[in-house]
Amino acid sequence: MSPSFHFSDPVRGKALADAIAKLAPPDPLKIVHVCGTHEMAITRNGLRRFLPETVDLLEGPGCPVCVTPARDIDTAIAIARSGAILCTFGDMIRVPGSERSLDETRSEGCDVRTILSAADAVAIARETDREVVFFAVGFETTAPMTAAILLDGPPSNLSILASHKRIPPALVALLDLPDNRIGAYLAPGHVSTIIGTGPYEEWLAERRVPVVIGGFEPLDVLYAVALILRQIRNGTPRVENGYPRAVAPEGNPAALKLIDRVFETVEANWRGIGAIPSTGLRLREAFAAFDATDRFEVELPEGKDTIPGCRCPDVLTARAVPSDCPLFSVRCTPTSPVGPCMVGSEGACSIWFRYGGERPL
Amino acid sequence: MSPGKKETHITQLHGAGGELMGELLERLILPRFGEDTVGRIGLKALDDGATIALPEGETGELVLTTDSHVVQPIFFPGGDIGRLAAAGTINDLAVMGARPIALTLAAIIEEGFPIADLVRILESFAVTLDEVGAPVACGDTKVMPTGDVDGIVLNTTGLGIAVRAISDADLRPGDRVLLTGTIGDHGMALLAAREEFQLKTRLESDVAPIWPLIAPVVELGDAVHAMKDPTRGGLAAALNEMARKAGACIEIEEPAIPMREPTLGLSELLGISPLEVANEGKAIIVVAPEAADEALKRLRAHPLGAEAAIVGTVTDEHPKRVVLDTEVGGRRFLDMPLGDPVPRIC
Amino acid sequence: MCLAAPARVLAVSGNVATVDYGGVETRCRLETLAEEVAVGDYVLIHTGFAIRRLSPEDGQETLKLFDELAASLAEAAEENPVRPDSPVGDESQSATKSRS
Repeated sequence: MSPSFHFSDPVRGKALADAIAKLAPPDPLKIVHVCGTHEMAITRNGLRRFLPETVDLLEGPGCPVCVTPARDIDTAIAIARSGAILCTFGDMIRVPGSERSLDETRSEGCDVRTILSAADAVAIARETDREVVFFAVGFETTAPMTAAILLDGPPSNLSILASHKRIPPALVALLDLPDNRIGAYLAPGHVSTIIGTGPYEEWLAERRVPVVIGGFEPLDVLYAVALILRQIRNGTPRVENGYPRAVAPEGNPAALKLIDRVFETVEANWRGIGAIPSTGLRLREAFAAFDATDRFEVELPEGKDTIPGCRCPDVLTARAVPSDCPLFSVRCTPTSPVGPCMVGSEGACSIWFRYGGERPL
Repeated sequence: MSPGKKETHITQLHGAGGELMGELLERLILPRFGEDTVGRIGLKALDDGATIALPEGETGELVLTTDSHVVQPIFFPGGDIGRLAAAGTINDLAVMGARPIALTLAAIIEEGFPIADLVRILESFAVTLDEVGAPVACGDTKVMPTGDVDGIVLNTTGLGIAVRAISDADLRPGDRVLLTGTIGDHGMALLAAREEFQLKTRLESDVAPIWPLIAPVVELGDAVHAMKDPTRGGLAAALNEMARKAGACIEIEEPAIPMREPTLGLSELLGISPLEVANEGKAIIVVAPEAADEALKRLRAHPLGAEAAIVGTVTDEHPKRVVLDTEVGGRRFLDMPLGDPVPRIC
Repeated sequence: MCLAAPARVLAVSGNVATVDYGGVETRCRLETLAEEVAVGDYVLIHTGFAIRRLSPEDGQETLKLFDELAASLAEAAEENPVRPDSPVGDESQSATKSRS
């Protein structure tokens, strides 16, 4: 990264840590973020040691890979086994469906390819006569790209297995879960680059909970936490933009238009959580020809989102931390994961296991 | 791995130098061969090489190591499979403290492989050996039908001699940890070279034989406690292996780790850490604290060691773990990587 | 979500920009961006598409925000011994400034 966008000097780190210490709330406060990249930033940089005793910062359902229903993965696997080329982002490759993962499907000889961009799926489709399917996973940051390639005259042998989700309504659903006690949200920076501040206001204005949009450099995260604590101290809960270099209040109009042209909002199933209204993005009728679920007739195994004993649902809803799960590090490890939170490289359990998240060092 | 399912097929993760490969060795190899030994450091130690006791009256220790090399692409920025094979084996001997005295070379070649390419590869192998003055003692070639092997596979065995072989497991609290140069170059250069990513970069593999670089440090004798080369699995895997074997804690200062800018740039683009990808021309050297400055001086006196640095210390704070002090002032564990890092979007 | 790193724009040709990540050159698509980009600009790229244009000044602005917040809270702590319910800092300075 260019030096001008790398924010991690220890002097400013200390200054922001001091600010956070001064703002320490007297009562326990649970701050929830919903972004795997935030959890990476926090654990990789060891930022939890800067938090006061009374403040907990937890990952909610921020790993799109972790919340993709097993059924969607099963569909992708069935499509791969039917002989099509299945293109997926790397994050998805080891997440277990009901019976197996895409990685295991590849080891059996199926053509599963990891790609970096929706555009790569198009390029692959242009070079072959075979069916190519793009397993389109991700939140609002990633949906515009899927839309862009569909509007760009895609080849007829390409289709999309759409599994995109929206964040803001999920934030409300989370607040409504029993025992949640969420005191504030650290909102995802790059989702916000796309959607702006409006949707948070629209969905959360009534709830009087601080929502601060944060960036991903170590200092960005500390800054956003300080802003949250200031709101709590001053009793002024609202939506605040802590990442103005990357987030405009109106978001990214071009990207929003792309999403709107191609997708419509529907209810979606979140693995480990259940159905949340208005959080799914489904291809509009006009693009039905590119919908992989219409193009492929597949037989699916009996769906199995969760496994007995596995507390991914509680971890995903920020009602438990990974070390609360009886399987964590005993039966469930990155090399033999039980639930999706341990597999996705950005799942809370995976990150805690690998970076010692169970206690700040 | 799906819950409760036994592995029936080898996957790419089993070869990647991380956690799963370690488990494979424990489950399949060590039970059968773990007690085999001909010298002080045997197979069970899973070190970079094994020692052979010399006959009565002779001094020093012979060191033996073997490696198979498969790399795609065969010709990559900064080198090729020939140089990789030669350097890889020379370096395994070097980090055992052994001067290479002979190598073997066995090639398994796919029918249809271009002879011009084979000539290039053999020339690279020879040039690399010339840099340390070690000869090829014997070899073998096999040709397999088209499709039964991917291009070419090389196997090399190296024989070296050490005054005293240095393991990868003698870590004592207070010891300093040195790196001989920048981290992540080989792994990142190979990722960058993958055609499907469409990247243009000056990133090159660091593949090089490092015996001439570390020989002067080996001469410091007993002050050199442990060495290892961070190949597959990267610096993270190597440090963790050392910490586990020694039962010690290794604490690393993140800002001290030398790293080239394009390596960092690529890591940010792909979401893959440079600490988890292979290095083919570097060593980790652990020395007694009073020898650290001299060791660093000797490394920096050689062109390959221009970026050498002291990056950490051995402690007893969290036994068998590696701790990273991060640039911004935080702390966290640096863990054993799972296997081949996969580019992520999230 | 999600991984996006800033890269410097080296060239623009229609819908595609050639960009540089500190010595690694690649391309990205631009139709996900409303504004034009010019050589020398920075773009935040996610899965091969630009999502935001940045200028080097944005980097400087960000540092100012960090410093202002830390300073305003240090001041407040000095002026008013901290009571758990006393307001701190000047929230009008908070980060709603942004270039559209």
